[in-house]
Amino acid sequence: MTSLRGRTAIVGVADDVSPTGELDRTGRELEAAMVRAALDDAGLTLADVDGVCHAQSAVGLAEYLGVHPRYLESTSSGGSSFEIHAEHAAAAIAAGLADVVVSVYAATPRSDRRRGRPRFRGRPNFGGPDPMLEWELPYGMRMPMGPYALAASRHMAQYGTTSEQLAEIAVSTRRWAALNPRARYRDPITVDDVLASPLQSSPLHLLDCCLVTDGAGAFVMTSAERARDLAKPPVLVLGAGTAQDHSMISQMPDLTTTPGVVSGANAFRMAGVKPGDVDVLMGYDSFTITALLHLEDLGFCAKGEGGAFVEDGRTGPGGALPMNTNGGGLSYTHPGMYGMFLIVEAVRQLRGEAGPRQVDGAEIAVAHGSGMVLSVMSTLVLGTEGALS
Amino acid sequence: MSETKTDAGAAATEPKRLEPPVSDEGRPFWDATREGRLALPWCTVCEQPIWYPRAICPACLGSEAIEWRDASGRATVYAVTVEHSPQTRALEPPYAVALVDLDEGVRLLTNVVGVPADRVAVGDRVQVTWEPLSDGRQLPLFTPIE
Repeated sequence: MTSLRGRTAIVGVADDVSPTGELDRTGRELEAAMVRAALDDAGLTLADVDGVCHAQSAVGLAEYLGVHPRYLESTSSGGSSFEIHAEHAAAAIAAGLADVVVSVYAATPRSDRRRGRPRFRGRPNFGGPDPMLEWELPYGMRMPMGPYALAASRHMAQYGTTSEQLAEIAVSTRRWAALNPRARYRDPITVDDVLASPLQSSPLHLLDCCLVTDGAGAFVMTSAERARDLAKPPVLVLGAGTAQDHSMISQMPDLTTTPGVVSGANAFRMAGVKPGDVDVLMGYDSFTITALLHLEDLGFCAKGEGGAFVEDGRTGPGGALPMNTNGGGLSYTHPGMYGMFLIVEAVRQLRGEAGPRQVDGAEIAVAHGSGMVLSVMSTLVLGTEGALS
Repeated sequence: MSETKTDAGAAATEPKRLEPPVSDEGRPFWDATREGRLALPWCTVCEQPIWYPRAICPACLGSEAIEWRDASGRATVYAVTVEHSPQTRALEPPYAVALVDLDEGVRLLTNVVGVPADRVAVGDRVQVTWEPLSDGRQLPLFTPIE
């Protein structure tokens, strides 16, 4: 079987966030700015681009940019969309379907609220009423928080996980954010602060929940061969995997176990890497429980032991497993589909560009996207040239 | 403190809930609720219940052998969250949103009512109770047994 290991590389990244949580630009203008910045980062131009990815419409974006791509990718799985774009782009480039692929994301929910722009409501559906409208939404479950709260409830009942342990994740992530001048929130917090913040959907407190901010980002991928001639050190795609097991939370077979078990195992196997080899974990933290489930499902600890694993700042600065070093969805930015920022930060860490939050000698990073309501997981294992040998 | 209003008279004057649409696949379910019956579609080939209702059995893709059968209405709480901020005019926080496992083996999202929301726990035994909708259908909620 043909492996994608080391065949392609991410060669350009960009993101735009602000400590205010708001950006001036919006929509396609913001997307175009991200594409340009990521291409500049790579030392490429729009004329090099022959593949376009977008989580709503690659066709519309390509037209706006004036690109005539031969590879189009519009997979939309919520927050994991961009890990899937990277996986598919790697396969397409390795198969000769494209040379240079760009994926971009921009959303401005925070400033849209101020501008009075209508927010996205509901989801597109074909053929009859949305099952979620018929079977879930009448019960007043807060979306998207409620499903994660149910997962936390079940994990606590089944494994004895505590609110204090979940809070540890928020505390460690905030410590990373303190090292990132562009993060939305940088002031230190304690476990007690998290527990004293208002209950939202129990057992989740306000500080267990991600932000709502504007944000945008992009990445550019090409073959490993071409990458070696470009501006920045290549960040190689070593492994990739995706898995879905439901769309609605009431269809999730086991609320304590995500399809990350499958996506992670496949990505690690392709990469020839074990969890113990990972220097930086970028694990989608829509809520503290989300990050905890990733730690278990990706194999950093056994099922049920995530609570004990995150104690004593293990995932914070100076800890054994640096996790969400940009400050995460909990403290850096979260415009809605945060998975793009996982990739951007992983690349910066592997290039040694992360400044005060740089993990020394990082050679292998994982970007693990979580989409919808723990529905679709996509795992990328990325590495330096040194990690390939 | 947390219960939903179950006064049918109020339903006529103010929208109590987001009233669920009726899909073709779900119509037999909603029709049964008019008579206070909790009915489930079963695939008689696989001899197992299907949830949510759909035109095919997700185990065998068959559509010929779907039969509606009344369920016991008894269930066990699988997971529960208490909503602390208003999500709908019908439900005053705090109220309990739960996934319950019916004894027949399917899992539904619902509200557990008739008990303070923070008393609802994983593993609790519950049974169906009905909340009238504006068109004569009823919404299945659950309440603790005993």
